[in-house]
Amino acid sequence: MTTDIIIHDQKDNVGVVVIEKIIPKQDCNCWIMENDSSTNIQSMDEIPLGHKIAMVDFKEGDTIIKYGHDIGKVVKSIKKGEHVHVHNVKTKKW
Amino acid sequence: MEIPKSFLGYKRENGRAGTRNHVIILPVDDISNACAEAVANNIKGTIALPHSYGRLQFGADLELHFRTMIGTGSNPNVAAVIVIGIEPKWTKKIVDGIAKTGKPVEGFHIERTGDIGTVMKASKKAQEFVMWASEKQREECPISDLWISVKCGESDTTSGLASNPTVGNLMDKLEPLGVHLCFGETSELTGAEKVCATRGSTKEASDKFMKTWSSYNDFILKEATNDLSESQPTAGNIAGGLTTIEEKAFGNFQKIGSCKFVDVLEPAEEPKKGKGLYFMDTSSAAAECVTLQAAAGFNIHLFPTGQGNIVGNPIEPVVKLTANPLTVKGMGEHIDCDVSKILSREMNLSEAGDRLIESTLRVANGRLTCAEALGHKEFVMTKLYRSA
Repeated sequence: MTTDIIIHDQKDNVGVVVIEKIIPKQDCNCWIMENDSSTNIQSMDEIPLGHKIAMVDFKEGDTIIKYGHDIGKVVKSIKKGEHVHVHNVKTKKW
Repeated sequence: MEIPKSFLGYKRENGRAGTRNHVIILPVDDISNACAEAVANNIKGTIALPHSYGRLQFGADLELHFRTMIGTGSNPNVAAVIVIGIEPKWTKKIVDGIAKTGKPVEGFHIERTGDIGTVMKASKKAQEFVMWASEKQREECPISDLWISVKCGESDTTSGLASNPTVGNLMDKLEPLGVHLCFGETSELTGAEKVCATRGSTKEASDKFMKTWSSYNDFILKEATNDLSESQPTAGNIAGGLTTIEEKAFGNFQKIGSCKFVDVLEPAEEPKKGKGLYFMDTSSAAAECVTLQAAAGFNIHLFPTGQGNIVGNPIEPVVKLTANPLTVKGMGEHIDCDVSKILSREMNLSEAGDRLIESTLRVANGRLTCAEALGHKEFVMTKLYRSA
């Protein structure tokens, strides 16, 4: 079974695509590195290698957690399975 | 894997060991570049290190200039040095600094002689040095003679997931063997600074880190004309899927594994507290950072990349690794160690760490890095502010 998405930490609410790309409606296998467990998600968007997918629904002002830490704030609501990137997330610094 | 206890290096007069045996022609200042390059062109096997600075600098910026010049000449990867400057005083200051290592070094100044006369005199000495250095043999050196610096570049999410943790795994395995280690990139720890501070081995080291980071961050905020989102993350980072500086910082931070840092160094400052991990206050620009680490005495560099940074250094070999299969496919000539199988789970982190240790030792023993074979010799001085 291929791993399509890697999630660093069990607390993380986003995963990273590790195959060339995933396409809308694709059922993806996710591997959680921290505890070597697995989960699944259906993608909503086409998402390329290295880019993030929302593992839960987010509303504006929510916090993205990766590596178990705060990596920025949601500036436009995101549905589970959608692409998470600069169009809907911004830094809390600078 | 059983980690080899030694590598084949060049033993130097001051007890350090080099992974390379360069004879360098070091210009003190920008206007001496032509002369230095002419000498390196005359005498085969020498390399000139041209750069843009060295005139009318003052204060901490001038101190950093001298520290970088003297440190570069003193690096154990350098067998002997020719120093060429426009005037005698600063030339001599650099020669005297390098001479403390006991290695052959000689200075030449151009005023009153001109380029042609200086090139002739310096070429004769450079020929003598390079022929002397060519007889140096590699000898068995303990692995603790490795001083390993790290810096990542053109990072993407595969860096934080796999190639940076591979470097962290190497650090965790080599630190107990007594090597020196160094990470930097002050601005790229923004977002992870508080977590990084907890990794000081003493309260003093932690406090020094927070002070250094805060000062750099204040400077960035003072000079920034926008929110810096054009520079940090870079366009390459964003193309690779990195969204914010915090995400980049936590990925970056994976490079130190579970090691703790014993001290915080000024740019180009030589570590003085013995073996272990050091943090150096550096820019996050690749060539500037590696140049400062080489000037502090580090003799081999590990460079994880995501999208494919191509940097090299004239004296410190830069070993590149990536976990991004597209980078391996598209620009494999730049990649010394491919750990992309971590993403497909065909390789675990410990296996990747072992593979990187093997690559590092092969390069320490003399195998050319991709950057060396491709001629990358980026020598970029850090300048703190305008000259007088």
